[in-house]
Amino acid sequence: MILNLSESSQSIVKVIRCIVCPTGCEIQAKKNPKGQISFEGYTCERGLEYAEQEFYEPKRILTTTMRVENGLLPLIPVRSDKPILKDKLKDVLKEIAKIKIKAPIQMGDVLIENILELGANVIASRNLIKIS
Amino acid sequence: MKQYNADVIVIGSGAAGLAAAIEVKKANLSVLVIERDKELGGITLQCIHNGFGLKEFEEELTGPEYIQRFINQIKELEIPYILNTMVIEISNDKKLYAVNNEDGLIEIKAKAIILAMGCRERTRGAINIPGFRPAGIYTAGQAQRFVNIEGYLPGNTFVILGSGDIGMIMARRLTWEGCKVKAVVEILPYVSGLLRNQVQCLEDYDIPLITSYTVTKIHGRDRVKGVTISKVDRNFDRIIGSDKFIECDTLLLSVGLIPENELTLNAGAELSKNGGPVVDNNLETTIAGIFTCGNVLQVHDLVDLVSAEAKRAGQNAVEYVKNRYDKKSSKKEIIKCLSGENVNYVKPDRINKRDLSKDIIFTLRVNYPDRRVLIQLKDNNNNLIYKRKKIYVIPSEMVELIVNLEKNGIDPKCKSINIEVIPRPEVLIEEE
Amino acid sequence: MIYDVIIIGGGVIGCCIARTLSKYDLKICLLEKEAELASGTTKGNSGVVHAGYAAPREYIKRNLCIRGNKLYTQAAEELNFPFQRIGSFVVALEDSQIKVLEEQRRQGIQDGIPGLEVILDKEKIKYMEPNINDEVVGVLHAPTAGIVSPYEMTFALADNAATNGVKFLLNQKVRRIKHQDYTFTIKTKTQEFKSRNVINAAGLYAARISKLVGLDYFEIMPRRGEYILFDRNALHLNKILFPTPTKVSKGILVCPTLHENTFVGPNAQNITDKKDISTTEAGLKEILEAGRKLVPNLPVRSSIRNFAGLRAVPDTYDFIIDNTDIYGFINIAGILSPGLTSCFAIAEKVVEFLELLGVELKIKEDYNPRRLKPERFKDFSKEELDQKIKEDPSWGRIICRCETIPEKEIINAIHAPVGATTVDGIKFRCRPGMGRCQGGFCRPRVIEILSRELNIPYEEVTKRGEDTNFLIAKTKDLTLKEIEGGTE
Repeated sequence: MILNLSESSQSIVKVIRCIVCPTGCEIQAKKNPKGQISFEGYTCERGLEYAEQEFYEPKRILTTTMRVENGLLPLIPVRSDKPILKDKLKDVLKEIAKIKIKAPIQMGDVLIENILELGANVIASRNLIKIS
Repeated sequence: MKQYNADVIVIGSGAAGLAAAIEVKKANLSVLVIERDKELGGITLQCIHNGFGLKEFEEELTGPEYIQRFINQIKELEIPYILNTMVIEISNDKKLYAVNNEDGLIEIKAKAIILAMGCRERTRGAINIPGFRPAGIYTAGQAQRFVNIEGYLPGNTFVILGSGDIGMIMARRLTWEGCKVKAVVEILPYVSGLLRNQVQCLEDYDIPLITSYTVTKIHGRDRVKGVTISKVDRNFDRIIGSDKFIECDTLLLSVGLIPENELTLNAGAELSKNGGPVVDNNLETTIAGIFTCGNVLQVHDLVDLVSAEAKRAGQNAVEYVKNRYDKKSSKKEIIKCLSGENVNYVKPDRINKRDLSKDIIFTLRVNYPDRRVLIQLKDNNNNLIYKRKKIYVIPSEMVELIVNLEKNGIDPKCKSINIEVIPRPEVLIEEE
Repeated sequence: MIYDVIIIGGGVIGCCIARTLSKYDLKICLLEKEAELASGTTKGNSGVVHAGYAAPREYIKRNLCIRGNKLYTQAAEELNFPFQRIGSFVVALEDSQIKVLEEQRRQGIQDGIPGLEVILDKEKIKYMEPNINDEVVGVLHAPTAGIVSPYEMTFALADNAATNGVKFLLNQKVRRIKHQDYTFTIKTKTQEFKSRNVINAAGLYAARISKLVGLDYFEIMPRRGEYILFDRNALHLNKILFPTPTKVSKGILVCPTLHENTFVGPNAQNITDKKDISTTEAGLKEILEAGRKLVPNLPVRSSIRNFAGLRAVPDTYDFIIDNTDIYGFINIAGILSPGLTSCFAIAEKVVEFLELLGVELKIKEDYNPRRLKPERFKDFSKEELDQKIKEDPSWGRIICRCETIPEKEIINAIHAPVGATTVDGIKFRCRPGMGRCQGGFCRPRVIEILSRELNIPYEEVTKRGEDTNFLIAKTKDLTLKEIEGGTE
């Protein structure tokens, strides 16, 4: 380990494939011996921004379904209205799975407010009518 | 027999059909939308992931949200539609016959027709995978429908053949529902879908993407028990000794889409090489007054582009009803558009000579990926009409060009133009 | 209750015997081990009704085939299953093969096969079958050869037999047979049946059934044949095309189907596993190459399905049609090609055997030889269609877009006398999923209809019986299970 560190003053801690545009730059997050992080390999500012976000706090919009009672369909598509921490997606999915809501539903209806206190709401992605 | 009349009939209420119908209605013509499913929206309804609408609405939406906006417009504009209705015949004089379970047989008279039936998925038979025929083999779209609309899971452990966007998106979708996706297998040496999906749908969940491999055998008599995958050479022939077994109970196929041609053929329209109908620069088929747009014409990679194309089809149908319908049409003089080097297909298939002064939208797909290319249009006498540089081209991304042929000095007497995607000469020199 | 006759095996042979015997005043039951009829050798069959010139004269199959071919006309008329005498060509590509054709013609005519002729006029051959290889030098034309859908025919036979009182029991694999006091006691997993007479038509498993009563005098081995099916309208053939036969096999044929598809196959692979209906890369290649010799422009890119069938090959070569030493036990075994052609003639043999066994064969007063043609959306005129939908709206709900199959046809298939209970059962009875999308659009709807009509949950709907379920759980169930499991 010590040898490795002395060989190079900076070690690659993560490789991030940029998805901002189809060029797909490989951006390397590097750590110097003092523990400071720097980025290499990006070719535009948006790429750097993306890499920083991905490195420090990767987030995703969650899109899934929620169970519905007496709707035209048994499920309604839903999404988070803001990106959610990647590590928390699984917990959010479990929370959504527990819930069953009643039709009718309008697109944009908030179905779960501030889910798991992550700062995002789960909202309906379409209208769904009730069946009698 | 129930009868309907409308200036324009739109068959299909997906992203293409709805956008076309709205254009027609805005021009104050009567329009009727026919949908075979129980609600408006088409396949977009089952694409519950986000990534739609960046071009059309300049915000990122899910499939249902995207299509809901069009459905809302249909309702606001009071555009009539009939659901659960299947068109079974289109006669030469633009009479349609359809059936549903409320009205029985329906006869519909139209001045113009817009075909917007979408596409279907290629199946296992079309790619001839040997092995058993157990339960547990689905196309990716079929699985998507089961999981997102019908509310059922088709399996526990999956292998997905094909790294198109639907395949990768389903990999993430199934993972999110608690299923295990063992691998996405791609016969080409590169991923066929978007990079973004590769990163966010596969890499995020450590789902292996295995390129230059294909499924060569399906195991299991009753239910799928696994698949054999094998490495392929440049000709896609199996490399002996490269077989690997992957245990799974479900195989999803995401091996391409084909325009749905039944009605197009039934109407008597000519088909082109890519499977969709032959169209001119107005998206008009070889039958006057029958227009087409969306995935029934060519498989698109962005729904936003479908809507844009559909609007043009709608506007052109309006133009036809207002100016050309019921008039003796003089014989159309056309210029053919031909696919040259590294062009899989190009739309339109032909250009009307009377439209040479207009901006023409060409859409094409390449056969193989390339970087630093030149896209060229030449006439049949090898005169260069137009050229454009492009940093990269890949088969999964449709290329769009807008060219005014007259302004670019096309010889109006030419018979055809050839479109090619070639390496830039300077690149060739560099590489030498 | 003691049956007069129990038939073991619900393939085309078993069902044909059932239907033939249903005319008599007898208590008859048919036992099938699978969830649907026609699940074994009948399903993966070429569907060719042969003229009868091919088998050597010393075999009983030759005469049964020639007789069987003739019996098709009346049967197809009574039972309304699709059958067309389109005629076959045995194709000679080399001059040396002509004498094989000549010899087959000579013997065939002597044995009463109508219309056999050797055609050497290339122009005439090409006129009759434009897709044939240009290198053809002559053909043996057999105008009485025809094509039939083996499974649709089996369902027709079964439905008619059931209407005339034959009981059909599915999912009944025979495990034991006891023979005592002129009565057979047949045990399956769930039930026990008694019968005076037993007809063993168990196809690939006929030797096993025969051994259950102690008759161990033949073996049945599976021989696999692979096929590739091409899309409707990709190629239109007029004739069934055979290569000139070799000593081993009638060879790989190219043949039209009654639904406007074309297929190529089968090859012949002796295997050991009686369930191995897998296709192989080498096999598919082999049949395509062989097919191309007959039809060079095979529409390879329009293939919509590959599949394999098994033949029940006896170690005796000829059919085993025996009124055995065990009184009342009839073996109908080793029925490979031309078994489909011979089935009506084989059933006549069974009637003879029963007569010899002293079974009283009195024709029922209410015997109805007719089965009505299943009503098909495609066969209706526009006015009829409108009327039909008004009478029953399920005629107007199209489930299969490729083949235009409405819900009503599927419901009818489920509620037929011997109704479909699985997705494949529906597919083989009325074709949703047979078209170019191979079920891509219609499968969810077919599952929905089966679930509703049979009153079972979605998850219990199967492709073709036990262990072939389509869906494993409801969306969210796996996540909920994980939460319950306390992994949170």
